[in-house]
Amino acid sequence: MQNNKSGVLESVSRRRKNKGKLNLIMDRQKQSKSESLNNKDTAECACSIVEAEDFSFYYGSTMGVKNITMEVFPCSVTAIIGPSGCGKSTFLRAINRINDLIPNTRIEGTLLVNGHDIYAKKTNLVNLRQQVGMVFQKPNPFPKSIFDNIAYGPRLQGTTKGSKLQQIVEESLKAAALWEEVKDDLRKSALALSGGQQQRLCIARALATRPSVLLMDEPCSALDPIATGKIEDLIEQLKSDYTIVIVTHNMQQAARVSERTAFFCLGELIEYDFTPKIFRNPGKKQTEDYITGRFG
Amino acid sequence: MPAHMQNEIEKLKKRILSLCATVETNLWAAVRSIAERDSNRAQEVIQNDSKIDNMEIDVEEDCLKILALHQPVAVDLRFIVAVLKINNDLERIGDLAVNIAERAAYLADKPPVNMSFDFVDMAEKVQTMLKNSLDALVNLDTDLAHAVCGADDTIDALNRRVYLEVEKATKKNFDQIPSLLHLLSVSRHLERIADHATNIAEDVIYMVDGRITRHKTESYK
Repeated sequence: MQNNKSGVLESVSRRRKNKGKLNLIMDRQKQSKSESLNNKDTAECACSIVEAEDFSFYYGSTMGVKNITMEVFPCSVTAIIGPSGCGKSTFLRAINRINDLIPNTRIEGTLLVNGHDIYAKKTNLVNLRQQVGMVFQKPNPFPKSIFDNIAYGPRLQGTTKGSKLQQIVEESLKAAALWEEVKDDLRKSALALSGGQQQRLCIARALATRPSVLLMDEPCSALDPIATGKIEDLIEQLKSDYTIVIVTHNMQQAARVSERTAFFCLGELIEYDFTPKIFRNPGKKQTEDYITGRFG
Repeated sequence: MPAHMQNEIEKLKKRILSLCATVETNLWAAVRSIAERDSNRAQEVIQNDSKIDNMEIDVEEDCLKILALHQPVAVDLRFIVAVLKINNDLERIGDLAVNIAERAAYLADKPPVNMSFDFVDMAEKVQTMLKNSLDALVNLDTDLAHAVCGADDTIDALNRRVYLEVEKATKKNFDQIPSLLHLLSVSRHLERIADHATNIAEDVIYMVDGRITRHKTESYK
């Protein structure tokens, strides 16, 4: 996986070099922005792993998101917050093109993952979704055993050797902090697990294909505080190896788990900055009104 | 803002403003007790301090309650943090007013000292600083807060002048040395009150703009 990560960085680095002067200007802007912040607030990364540029998404004639330009940085947690219907889930789902399943949708602008335009015609969707995993609001394990849930993705990728699958299942369950609870009964039905365990199983399933980006769409909204705490601890552990983008309605959760927060409203990106800045002293009145509950 | 948090913040605003008024009144009385050599008024100032101490505890408990129950963010968070710090400054100003009153009680029955310094003028300047810092808090007026920060230099200069005057006077009037030392203390207390007023003004700037201006004297100019 480390090789995979360095490959990602090299690829993005090459692309950024090619972009020339514009990037230099952007880098300087980023540098001056980070200098103005407290050191504790900054988690500076060299380059982005997901990059949207003037990205718009339409459901038929209805706009989902409009002119989104933002970068998601590797090995960090980026939270997307905003009122219902603001387009945060639409944008999240656009990152692995799961919105394609909805008829009559179209996009404008570009959305790059690992330096590749994912809406280009040649994009292989299976590869994309292997690179960009997703965890949904409600735990949705397959009606299979714990082992088969995790092994499902790797088998699709062509891994059939038992010992290799065993290794992937163990590593994925350990990464999702579930191994200790289920290691003695991997053949048990995944549906027999508790809600919190099912959600961690879904995270383990997403990790089994070794993605570089993990999308989480309100992953704790159906869980109790204990299970929520475990998922948040897990996010903290995972961010050293994975890039996580999380949509949440729980602003305290966004404040707790993320390095950067994006505030969406009416399909537009209103503000995107380091999380401590957003929650202590946001730059836009709209953001402040939303996070302090004065919105509307 | 959710209604229950709004109510708590409104209640806190009333409490801190009430504390401001009490501290301002006590300082005024302490200064008058020096100027008018009134030991009765000085005793009232000393007794009133327990009221200020209790109010300080009430404000702090309200702040902690809001932090624990409502998890305020952004402007609300800055308001609570600023109030916690201003509360502390006001309580200290209350203590310094008591110190001044204690000097007044000592000086009341002593002969007036031979010193060419106008304490009332210095005290009025300090009171104006405190009043302006509290007005800046009430009206969220950062311009006024900046003016308060800038005025601190004047008080520091006056305090240095008092030191020199006292030094000069001690050489001429040996029998008045105890009284002169008490007056030097009064000057020192007034200078500390001006520092606390400056802190309050800096907290107002933080509350409104989200900028920390402490230790950056050039930004006042």
